[in-house]
Amino acid sequence: MRLTCPLCGERDRREFYYYGADDYLRRPAEGAPAAAWDDYLHNRDNPAGETRDLWYHEAGCGQWLAVMRNTVTHAVLAVDLVAPVAQKRGRK
Amino acid sequence: MPRLITKSPLAGLWPVTHGGVALSEVVLEGITSVAVLPGGQKAVDKTLKPLGVAFPAPGLFSENGALRLVWTGRDQAFLLNGTLACEGAALTDQSDGWACLRLEGAAAADVLARLYPLDLRAAAFPPGRAARAALGHMSSVLMRVEGGFEILVFRSMARSAWTELEHAMQHLAARAGA
Repeated sequence: MRLTCPLCGERDRREFYYYGADDYLRRPAEGAPAAAWDDYLHNRDNPAGETRDLWYHEAGCGQWLAVMRNTVTHAVLAVDLVAPVAQKRGRK
Repeated sequence: MPRLITKSPLAGLWPVTHGGVALSEVVLEGITSVAVLPGGQKAVDKTLKPLGVAFPAPGLFSENGALRLVWTGRDQAFLLNGTLACEGAALTDQSDGWACLRLEGAAAADVLARLYPLDLRAAAFPPGRAARAALGHMSSVLMRVEGGFEILVFRSMARSAWTELEHAMQHLAARAGA
């Protein structure tokens, strides 16, 4: 399996560290109900098909990446940098 | 006050050659990390202009004489053999943190192919290209220069990098001689 890092180009899967579903990018706002925090921390989908998760380019540029992939065909559909999105959200 | 002697990271190791590939140390006159602050790119570009180098796009370096600015990450580059004063970037002195190795010779790319999972053939990785990639298990900055490669590794791992490279050189030379 290879991931095409937006900065480094096509690299071997072993250069990356897998973190988990991209649900971690959608942190509930302060004062959100307990159910929202329960979802954020514990409840994950286990799709047969497309899923988006977070990978860290440990042996390369050191960036967090959001990878869209298909768990059935193993196709990697998109790799995006997390930082620009997170920065934009921080400025709001 | 005692006078301290400056030692380069690989002091005591002399250049070696195996199979026409030569490994040596490059002693750099300073390394500065240039991390561009949000909105600081213009100020950085303005500061760099008189130095004759440009802020490099991912996977590239820019050089003017001995001065070199190499891409090391998102909005970050290392300035080699020089210093900078700029409001648009967070500057940190990295001089004592890294060692620089140089690999020269026709088969240099074949030696590195044993350690880097990258396409380093001249067509894919010509002079002026750089990469953040692992040398074996060590983080490194790899640069293709005229006539060879230059590799930055953490100073604490300088001798491990040297040993791994020399082993790869010996193995390749042995295979060529068989």
